[in-house]
Amino acid sequence: MSPDPRQAAAERPLLEVQGLVTTYGHVEALKGIDLAVEEGEIVALIGANGAGKSTTLRAISGIAPASAGRILFAGEELRGLPAHRIVAAGVSHAPEGRRIFGTLTVAENLRMGAYSLGSDRGAIAENRERVYRLFPRLAERRDQLGGTLSGGEQQMLCIGRALMARPRLLLLDEPSLGLAPLLVKTIFDTIREIHARGVTVLLVEQNARAALRLARRAYVLETGRIALSGPAAELLADERVRRVYLGAG
Amino acid sequence: MQFVQQLINGVTIGSFYALVALGYTMVYGVLKMINFAHGDLFMWGAYLGLTLFTLLGATALAGSAWMVVPAAIAVLLVVALAGLLVERVAYRPLRHAGRLAPILSALGVAFLLQSLARNIYGASWRTYPSGIALSGGVTLAPGLRVSAMQILALAAAALLMAALSLFVQRTRVGTAMRAVSIDPVAARLMGIDVDRIISVVFLIGPGLGGVAGLIVALYYGSFDFTLGWTFGLKAFIAAILGGIGNIPGAMLGGMLLGVVETLASGYISPQWKDVIAYAALIGILIARPTGLLGERLAAKV
Ligand SMILES: Nc1ncnc2c1ncn2[C@@H]1O[C@H](COP(=O)(O)OP(=O)(O)OP(=O)(O)O)[C@@H](O)[C@H]1O
Ligand SMILES: [Mg+2]
Repeated sequence: MSPDPRQAAAERPLLEVQGLVTTYGHVEALKGIDLAVEEGEIVALIGANGAGKSTTLRAISGIAPASAGRILFAGEELRGLPAHRIVAAGVSHAPEGRRIFGTLTVAENLRMGAYSLGSDRGAIAENRERVYRLFPRLAERRDQLGGTLSGGEQQMLCIGRALMARPRLLLLDEPSLGLAPLLVKTIFDTIREIHARGVTVLLVEQNARAALRLARRAYVLETGRIALSGPAAELLADERVRRVYLGAG
Repeated sequence: MQFVQQLINGVTIGSFYALVALGYTMVYGVLKMINFAHGDLFMWGAYLGLTLFTLLGATALAGSAWMVVPAAIAVLLVVALAGLLVERVAYRPLRHAGRLAPILSALGVAFLLQSLARNIYGASWRTYPSGIALSGGVTLAPGLRVSAMQILALAAAALLMAALSLFVQRTRVGTAMRAVSIDPVAARLMGIDVDRIISVVFLIGPGLGGVAGLIVALYYGSFDFTLGWTFGLKAFIAAILGGIGNIPGAMLGGMLLGVVETLASGYISPQWKDVIAYAALIGILIARPTGLLGERLAAKV
């Protein structure tokens, strides 16, 4: 008897990356990455500057070239799809550096986040309310231009904008970068809350300690290859990880 | 009174520059590229008008100013589709081919459109059939007269610009256009199909430009195949003056250029109007290299 395909899909990870290769000119930024994210997990991706963390996320969301490998999301091959189809499939990406539309208002930035929902006003309004509940600050500033927000508020807008498409998988690239310690904590609390509401998260962080505390599992990337992987708690205790990534003696 | 009269004339001509400048600026916004073929698409609006008026001359509308309405709608549609075609055939395949290739391709399309017009319609000056251009006008005060043609042209330009502003400011696709201008990669991450937005821009810009061609030809009465270069170049300059990539900037730049040119012509001398207008332009650009409303320096031309 052949297995029910839906059940087979349910048993597979939500995201499955196999042998992913990305080359920029002569630089091979990703040399064959394998990673998986189960539905409902928070998975962290850590590594030094230039290791290829952002490139991994960019290749998944279709804005960096992926010359080989597979990117399976809910059983669907994403590699080769244009970025807008990947968003429509349920993957949203809050990119490195936030990339807020500075001369659009907060509300317009959020509206763009929901672009893939077309003109489904009901769904958009519902998502917007959800984002405003998560980040009341954004509701207060809804008519302000994105470029006039503080760094922390821009990060909220960046994440809120990604949530507007109601993704199943959220890719977060260095959400805590450049933020004051108190704001870093707020952002990590928010990620926990987003996850608690059913969104699967793949998190890239320089702040490895905080990321490993938040995540269930993690991957360590070194110059385009996965060097280590396992339960986050184990990596947090790993001698090598502690020395290289956590700055411990 | 003479000053007010000159101002009205200047604003009228300026609104034509603005309509054409919008096409340059919108394309620059989303592609960071100058569509050098835009001036010739605009010129084709004038020539298509000629053909349409000849065709409409065989209908019940013959000899009536009402012929302008169906002609304008048809020109809008045809030139918009031509713009879409130009982008698909001449620009899109070169999207990642560096800076120079798209510029050459654009110039190639410009020459092609110009030569095509000359071969089809001839090199001599052409005039629209009589009876189309509105005659008469309104005398507002002694020495202050606004012609009916001027009112029609201004009203049409204002209507088109208002519609465009509403579209860009209020609609989903219009907002996406602005988002793509700001950061195309971030726009793709939002789920925006950037190619689709570029197509929309290449429909709207040339569509407006085509109607402007028709209006300009009506207003001046006659034109030839160099219209795209002469008038188109000025509109391009208006776009830079306002800050290329900035839509309100294109409108402002067009108006300003029209007014300065007209005042220079009226108060100094018609022969010197271009010298004065362009000296003023260079002065403004030296003071504000990004143009009046531009935020960043044009990095890529
Ligand atoms: N657009 C690009 N063109 C050329 N090389 C690139 C490009 N983007 C990244 N690279 C190179 O690819 C490698 C991986 O970069 P990536 O940005 O993915 O690293 P990262 O792990 O995110 O680093 P960081 O912690 O600094 O953000 C680096 O060597 C980088 O120089
Ligand atoms: Mg990075």
